[in-house]
Amino acid sequence: MSFKDKILSSFIALENEVDTETYAHQLRNEALASFEELGIPQRKEEAYKYTSLKSLFNKDYSLFPKKESAIEYGDIKPYLIHQIDAYRVIFIDGIYSSHLSETTHDKFDVCLMSSALNNPKYSPVIEAYYNKLAPKDGLTSLNTAFAREGAYISIGKNIAVEKPIEVVYFSTGNESTLMTQPRNLVVVGENSQVQIIERHQSLSDNQVLTNSVTEIFADKRAMVDYYKIQNDHLNASLIDHTSVEQKSDSEVRLHTFSFGGALTRNNLNFYQRGEHCNSILNGVTIIEGKQHVDHSTLVHHTAPNCESYQQYKQIFDDKAVGVFNGKVLVDKVAQKINAFQQNNNILVSDKATINAKPQLEIFADDVRCSHGCTIGQLDEDALFYMQSRGIGKKEARALLMFAFANSVLESVKIPEIKSRITKLIAKKLGVEIGFDL
Amino acid sequence: MLKIKDLHASIEDKEILKGINLEVKAGEVHAIMGPNGSGKSTLANVIAGREEYEMTGGSIELENEEISELDPEERAHKGVFLSFQYPIEIPGVSVTNFMKTAINETRKAQGKEEMKAGDMLKMIREKSEMLEIDRKFLSRSLNEGFSGGEKKRNEIFQMAMLDPKLSILDETDSGLDIDALRIVANGVNKLRSEDNATIVITHYQRLLDYIVPDFVHVLYKGRIVKSGGKELAQELEERGYDWIKEEVEA
Repeated sequence: MSFKDKILSSFIALENEVDTETYAHQLRNEALASFEELGIPQRKEEAYKYTSLKSLFNKDYSLFPKKESAIEYGDIKPYLIHQIDAYRVIFIDGIYSSHLSETTHDKFDVCLMSSALNNPKYSPVIEAYYNKLAPKDGLTSLNTAFAREGAYISIGKNIAVEKPIEVVYFSTGNESTLMTQPRNLVVVGENSQVQIIERHQSLSDNQVLTNSVTEIFADKRAMVDYYKIQNDHLNASLIDHTSVEQKSDSEVRLHTFSFGGALTRNNLNFYQRGEHCNSILNGVTIIEGKQHVDHSTLVHHTAPNCESYQQYKQIFDDKAVGVFNGKVLVDKVAQKINAFQQNNNILVSDKATINAKPQLEIFADDVRCSHGCTIGQLDEDALFYMQSRGIGKKEARALLMFAFANSVLESVKIPEIKSRITKLIAKKLGVEIGFDL
Repeated sequence: MLKIKDLHASIEDKEILKGINLEVKAGEVHAIMGPNGSGKSTLANVIAGREEYEMTGGSIELENEEISELDPEERAHKGVFLSFQYPIEIPGVSVTNFMKTAINETRKAQGKEEMKAGDMLKMIREKSEMLEIDRKFLSRSLNEGFSGGEKKRNEIFQMAMLDPKLSILDETDSGLDIDALRIVANGVNKLRSEDNATIVITHYQRLLDYIVPDFVHVLYKGRIVKSGGKELAQELEERGYDWIKEEVEA
């Protein structure tokens, strides 16, 4: 049975379990039709020219985990930023785990997509925001058709959420091949602030494919600080679709740290819909072996006097493959904007590959747009300099690579995340030196 | 301390050093002078173990141990220090952290424990004062945006921190104004002891007014063609290198 056929029969099974009279289910039906038409993206499509999903989708995935999984706090603790006091929304094989989560709060909603989609109390927000921003391509449609669970974060006006919200999806490996469709909605009201950490983590060697969709709305003067930590098992793959809409004077900062996983595709779209918005898209990628990480970003400037900054630093060893496809679109009305894009890559091995494609489409005439893309190797002179001071070659390489990536880490506002990422990088580079530069 | 016998070295199959013999004893300062392209920097880099230079013959012994097969960091652990003619800029790594890593990696290789943070700070304070280095500049990225003089002072600061047995100063005077030259030379002189040795590589005699050598060698076309006391440097300053060239060609 082809993947597409399987999807259709699975949808019938899904309808037995969900309330089919809801607004969300109406969207599901539309999305299913859309998936049927569009299917899985092929390499002949420009957006997937360098990333083939073929081998991912020829596996027989289970779409609904059958068994409840007994996971204890100790099993997941290493994957939490546990030094910090945080709200936690934990999912195990796509199902919310109330005993592992910590969502007690009163001023705003951190709850489950399943209740948000079914409880009339939330329908004004759902009808106003849900599926309004995500692109309508095959994979997001697939997610919309099957998504039942995820994080629903809705923050009213003038609230500074005092603790970060950690959203973590664990796969236990109870199913030998599992595909999940997490769905997150983040609505941040006027003048409010929130920090969110998102992670997808497999707890076994089994094949896992995650097709995740996140929509983030930042109202006027809102500040959103979002971290994606991608350090999954080498048999786990992730296709992420994150879309951000910003109203005037808002600031959204999104960091993506990609160290793990077999194939990771990040589709990150920012839409500025008001003046004086600031968008920050930062990423660090360090991969090796046969890992593949694809960053496809879009920043759409539709209003004047806004700024956007993209900075992606990437290191590829062995036969790892990277793709950076960064598009900046400036509408005719979006005068006086400042759009900056920087993509620096180091190829440590001769067999590593980076496909870099910056794209600027500018229809306004009074703007500042700059982009820079570099591909290089580690500086041999610098290595010898460090070695001549007694620093071993491996450590010297690690130090150089860390220094290369460090400018991105400097913009991380949560110290615990910075130190966690620093440790992950040291581990990834196989050294024990501290990087407190 | 250092015994070099019949050293041959080439880069990209071009022979640069054609049989160097040199012995440097503990407590001594040797100056190596010579016209441009004579192989001075190559000699410094070969002793420090730079991989691009291929050693095609001879031996380099440090304290009676052959070091020519060792990696640059292993030579550093045994006490070899090279002050670079053109110190490398390393963005993102602060001077302090670089030093901390270098010292602790060396201590680890020598089977010692890591240096305590307090001791490290004390030493950094002491050595940076000796070289009149502004403390602010220790938290800046290594050599990035440093002036020529700052880079050279920073090299000698690193030397002071690492306390090597054999220091090789490759054109340390280039790019220094007279005040910086005095500070750098004072630093080097303070570090001199009966247990260490220094090789000063220079094109001009100027530095040798401040760091007074026990021996002066002239390197020309990959060989040491003349050796003498400090008065040889003076003579080279007055007469240039042409008479040496003539002597050699004759």
